[in-house]
Amino acid sequence: MAKSTNPFVTPTARVRGLGAAKSGTGHFWLSRVTALSNAILTVAFVIIVLKLIKTDYAGAIKLIGHPVAAILMLLFTLSAAVHMRLGMQVIIEDYIHSEGKKVVLLALNTFFAIAVGVAAAYSILKIGFAA
Amino acid sequence: MAEFNLPKNSRLTEGKTWPKPAGSNIREFKIYRWDPDGESNPRMDTYFVDCDDCGPMILDAILWIKNKVDPTLTFRRSCREGICGSCAMNIDGLNTLACTKGMDEISGPIKIYPLPHMPVVKDLVPDLTRFYAQHASIEPWLKTDTPAPEKEWRQSPADRDKLDGLYECILCACCSTSCPSYWWNGDRYLGPAALLQAYRWLIDSRDESTGERLDNLEDPFRLYRCHTIMNCSNACPKGLNPAKAIAEIKKMMVERQY
Repeated sequence: MAKSTNPFVTPTARVRGLGAAKSGTGHFWLSRVTALSNAILTVAFVIIVLKLIKTDYAGAIKLIGHPVAAILMLLFTLSAAVHMRLGMQVIIEDYIHSEGKKVVLLALNTFFAIAVGVAAAYSILKIGFAA
Repeated sequence: MAEFNLPKNSRLTEGKTWPKPAGSNIREFKIYRWDPDGESNPRMDTYFVDCDDCGPMILDAILWIKNKVDPTLTFRRSCREGICGSCAMNIDGLNTLACTKGMDEISGPIKIYPLPHMPVVKDLVPDLTRFYAQHASIEPWLKTDTPAPEKEWRQSPADRDKLDGLYECILCACCSTSCPSYWWNGDRYLGPAALLQAYRWLIDSRDESTGERLDNLEDPFRLYRCHTIMNCSNACPKGLNPAKAIAEIKKMMVERQY
């Protein structure tokens, strides 16, 4: 029987649980750092997208293929994917209380963030190296 | 999952409307009632209080109801001056102390519920067993290895000032039970009251266990379930700021990493 529902377990044993995980600070700090990098890189990303509105296909390839634009887009993608994974992890931990479901969702969250990040990076690199 | 509906046996029903006394200065109260000895669901009873016959505070009114209308109405109270924390309840949608909340601060019928998302013992009395165990778990006492001095442990006035805004906590549980993160994860998240007290000992210049204390808090749930929602600081009837204390603990955690 889980400690949290067993009526014979004392309140102190319940509160102490499995002890402190001695982690969490890295997660907390990285989510703040990526929030800052997102704030800066989003501005660059929006500027690039605004420039793309007025260009045709060939012009768009040329713009994204420019090293500065490509690197900014890559950094934005990486920063956003890491931040997304951290944020979604917190939401899953907050609301999903069944251990099995939680572990599966946390793994899927990691897979999704990596897949989205890699797909976006691959697209940018493909354009970058083709230009 | 987060709970969006109360369990079937906890859903509120319409209760009894008690007789209205004669008089011109009458206030309407809607109060949560639940009797553990019966089978029925909790209900909202309606009472009318003659404000010319009782004191100005919410506690005065519910004592008036208990003495003159319905002796079965159950709630905790002791000091009636905001220092014991017994009469914490949800009044007009905010967790606060019945003894320091004036009836004149609320317009319309005054709704009173027990502190949210805690097991109810009876009527307005919540079960705070876990809340107290969480407070005990942060070891709220001075921990030292240096042999005790002949007189007191000394502290500079500046260091003593750092405890202001922390030591005043009366453990009424208004803050913790107002926190959504504590509602969803109260079994693992320590909650703002325990963390405010943890910080009170973390920054005490006389304490020698700062590192151990941080070790015991460094956990994705115990500490980092705080998402800076700030309901705690909004609710605190003593005007303290648990959200800031928690932010300071997080700063200490980062500080010792680099």
